[in-house]
Amino acid sequence: MADTLENINPKLYRKIDDRQVTAHDEDEDVADEFDTREIFDLIRNINDPEHPLTLEELNVVEQNLIEIDNEANKIHVKFTPTIPHCSMATLIGLSIRVQLLRALPSRFKVNVEITPGTHMSEAAVNKQLADKERVAAALENNHLLEVINQCVGIKC
Amino acid sequence: MGTLELKHTLSGHRGRVWNVCWHSKGTCLASSGEDKTIIIWGPQEPKWVIKTILTEGHTRTIREVAWSPCGNYIASASFDATTAVWDKKSGQFECNATLEGHENEVKSVSWSSSGQLLATCSRDKSVWIWEVNDDEYECAAVINAHTQDVKKVRWHPTEEIVASASYDNTVKLFKEDAADSDWSCVATLSSHTSTVWSLAWDKSGNRIATCSDDQTVKIWQEYKPGNEPGIATTNNEPVWKCVCTISGYHTRTIYDIDWCKTTGLLVTACGDDIIRIFKEDNDSDPHQPSFTMVCSMDNAHTQDVNCVQWNPILPGQLASASDDGLVKIWFYNE
Repeated sequence: MADTLENINPKLYRKIDDRQVTAHDEDEDVADEFDTREIFDLIRNINDPEHPLTLEELNVVEQNLIEIDNEANKIHVKFTPTIPHCSMATLIGLSIRVQLLRALPSRFKVNVEITPGTHMSEAAVNKQLADKERVAAALENNHLLEVINQCVGIKC
Repeated sequence: MGTLELKHTLSGHRGRVWNVCWHSKGTCLASSGEDKTIIIWGPQEPKWVIKTILTEGHTRTIREVAWSPCGNYIASASFDATTAVWDKKSGQFECNATLEGHENEVKSVSWSSSGQLLATCSRDKSVWIWEVNDDEYECAAVINAHTQDVKKVRWHPTEEIVASASYDNTVKLFKEDAADSDWSCVATLSSHTSTVWSLAWDKSGNRIATCSDDQTVKIWQEYKPGNEPGIATTNNEPVWKCVCTISGYHTRTIYDIDWCKTTGLLVTACGDDIIRIFKEDNDSDPHQPSFTMVCSMDNAHTQDVNCVQWNPILPGQLASASDDGLVKIWFYNE
């Protein structure tokens, strides 16, 4: 990791409140489909690789940039790097992919992409994140896996 | 429409299965995956069972396995940057040669039709040609023609020409220059707009089918110098032209394609869990061929289909491998 921070003073955003559990949610007889809030809850507390802050606090992930189609088993997550030349963009995207890969049933097809127009190497980063062979190879790299685990590990 | 009938479901791998390869006689099947093992499957009526499990040849994912044309060797390409060659001279399969040299993950391995040459390719952007001499493997060429990760290498069905597909969106063809025995790029096939994951030669070696992350299949035709339609060639080298694009069928990345040498049918493996089969139309113009989808097997697997391969001997028999950890054997009925 770089010795100097790329984005020295990032803008901070307010966290949303915890989800209110309704009687409907607790009713075991009702089949609850995945919704965008649930996906958001899985990724909002991923740590930024540079700052002791979460992706939610840095506005890298937002609930309204998540799309889910339960029927087609498709999930589409867009994330917004804090600065357009952020060298951590691939690592952040990989952390989001890994977290969703681990937490969701395998039937889901997950796409993780940069919010259009927010990064200089958007197409290259998106292509890299969409290549499951390169993702699989990256996850066999112990050093990288350790860094990703630190990112997805929720702070106490 | 034809139908694809599921004959056998083979479970034995732990985790994703990347690849399946038929023995040259079509009698057994090898598969490999992220569990770092190679499994050899064979029929034991009425089922297919595990004949052998090969372990300890590689320290990381085995991305691809390939039987030699004689059927006595298996080559395996691994993310551990090596290619292993297994033989059964001792009575059972043993890894007796490890080909080293690639800087990182080896993605694919292929034997030439004579069995005298091996090609490997890697994320390090290179294609390596190895000469086989009495169980010794010597590097004959390191070809740095691609600008990105090379995903697949496949030899011409009869000649010593090798094709490679890459993350740089192109396919390249290489052959040895008789004058200086240097391997060089003789054609670049550009038309796909994203990663080319795989390719397959047809029986004649005059056509190649490619599949891509751009969700299309393309058919390429070779035009030799002095060809009938008058397609211009330079330096007396054949040119390759994209003569057909099959689009609108696949909804995600197409990871693999195979062109049956006996029936001429094309089969694709897709990230939407579907296996599709395409047939060339009877009245198809060779310079502008048309293909019709004759089968679409929804939920062929419960996750991405990574590999499909026709049995080289038994027409209609097909094997597939998936992220769902399974290998399946199918039969296509027209």
